[in-house]
Amino acid sequence: MSAMKIRKNILTLHAKEIAIRNLFGFFAFLSVLLLGLILLFLFREGLPLFKKISLADFLFGTAWYPTYEPPEYGIWPLIVGSLAVTFFASLIAVPLGLLSAVYIAEIAPTRIKEILKSIIELLAGLPSVVLGFFGMVIVGPWLQETFDLPTGLNIMNASVMLAIMAIPTISSLSEDALYAVPREFKEASYALGATKYETIIRVIIPAALSGVSTAVILGMARAIGETMVVLMVAGGAAAIPEGIFDAVRPMTASIAAEMGEAPFRSGHYHALFATGIVLFVITLAFNLIADYISNRFRETGSGTL
Amino acid sequence: MEKDFIIRTKNVDFYYGAFRALSDITMDFEKNKVTALIGPSGCGKSTLLRLLNRMNDLIDGTRVEGEILFEGRNIYAPDVDPVEIRQRIGMVFQKPNPFPKSIYNNITYAPKLAGIRESGEIEALVEESLKQAVLWDEVKDILTKSAMTLSGGQQQRLCIARALAMKPDVILMDEPTSALDPISTAKIEELIDTLKKHYTIIIVTHNMQQAARISEYTGFFYLGKVIEFNVTEKIFTNPDVKQTEDYITGRFG
Repeated sequence: MSAMKIRKNILTLHAKEIAIRNLFGFFAFLSVLLLGLILLFLFREGLPLFKKISLADFLFGTAWYPTYEPPEYGIWPLIVGSLAVTFFASLIAVPLGLLSAVYIAEIAPTRIKEILKSIIELLAGLPSVVLGFFGMVIVGPWLQETFDLPTGLNIMNASVMLAIMAIPTISSLSEDALYAVPREFKEASYALGATKYETIIRVIIPAALSGVSTAVILGMARAIGETMVVLMVAGGAAAIPEGIFDAVRPMTASIAAEMGEAPFRSGHYHALFATGIVLFVITLAFNLIADYISNRFRETGSGTL
Repeated sequence: MEKDFIIRTKNVDFYYGAFRALSDITMDFEKNKVTALIGPSGCGKSTLLRLLNRMNDLIDGTRVEGEILFEGRNIYAPDVDPVEIRQRIGMVFQKPNPFPKSIYNNITYAPKLAGIRESGEIEALVEESLKQAVLWDEVKDILTKSAMTLSGGQQQRLCIARALAMKPDVILMDEPTSALDPISTAKIEELIDTLKKHYTIIIVTHNMQQAARISEYTGFFYLGKVIEFNVTEKIFTNPDVKQTEDYITGRFG
């Protein structure tokens, strides 16, 4: 009697294990499935555009007049706009993010370190629309007056705002990478008569380089995919910029601004989805590069740096 | 003949916060000899070693009292630059810790910091240091490879070569063979024997046979104090203190 009972318990236990395992598996695959479906949808709605124009005309066409008759769907100005704001944002965010990471990981006393870390986390939690608003009403007018410009909503403004968004990513990921450098390396360096700064520059940063590069690339990926800020402060002109005070219309801003007005399954609608594909490919490339770099030196250290 | 002491400690006390890790350490280390520091875990022997090149400066909340004289000068005097002390007193650690750089760049690390730029001089230094550490024949064709690809024993000899490249007067070794196999250990011991012609070596070891084999002087530490410090032969054959004898014969520790 009791033997049967135990047997039954084991059976129910086993069934429970299987049920739990399947449940977790289901949710894990659900996210993959959803991603797959989104992609499928993106391509289904975007690819029909290429029945009307060629890929080259789409990517490198310099005129974006989707509502004209006949419409023109050249997104080169949008691509340039995205790359320009990302490039200048990186120019600001990479040094600032890295230097703050080095300061937090290696130099700051414990108290200051804690304070700085929470402030940077706070910065990461700032809603992008708030940042965009700040760019619109504070930075924009200031730029306009200081540099005597027709508009303060331009590459410069968007780059600064995007940099503020990318700094937390770059800083906290870099800091993790710097922190993970074994204490043995630092001790070896000090024991060889290096100062703190020589140790940071010659040992700690090179040893953390793969993690730091990943941080930089993910920060840039964040900047290129960001929508609300560029929609609000980049100026919205779909023209190839000639200087950093020109207004641009990055891909994300274009999609967000125009999707509501594009007639369903019109050429314009397909063009916006195709722009989404381009954006997807770019961010995917960024992530793959980050992944490649972070794996590359993992086993043998940074090799011959 | 008058003995030449390169490092002397005088009534050294050392604190980690409120904890007193070393009390009243007075020892003289003779030039071009090997001195072994032995004792059970936590007895303060590594702490003393790290005091001699000011590595303990890197730990927050530590305090030193007393004097440590290196060539007659107190290295804890306010006007002394710890960086300069560490250039004169090299260190080899318990776990081999080459940088994740090439073998060549590991060796050139200290000389380049010291401002040696001339490439002929640097190349000669690399060869000389690796030969001194008996590693040259094994690595001369792979100098540009990552040091991480070497075996543990080779890495440790590389670390010794790296320390030698800055031309120190003293080399501190903190259990340099505890992470190595017996063959690598034997190689390092042989190496220590040849190095003592030109360098003063102070070595912390858990291995009493090792201390007996390689050192001229041995200091036995227990609970932050020097229990007995004398010529190695005396310590191992006829110690003055009962505790030393108990430790050496394996009755505790």
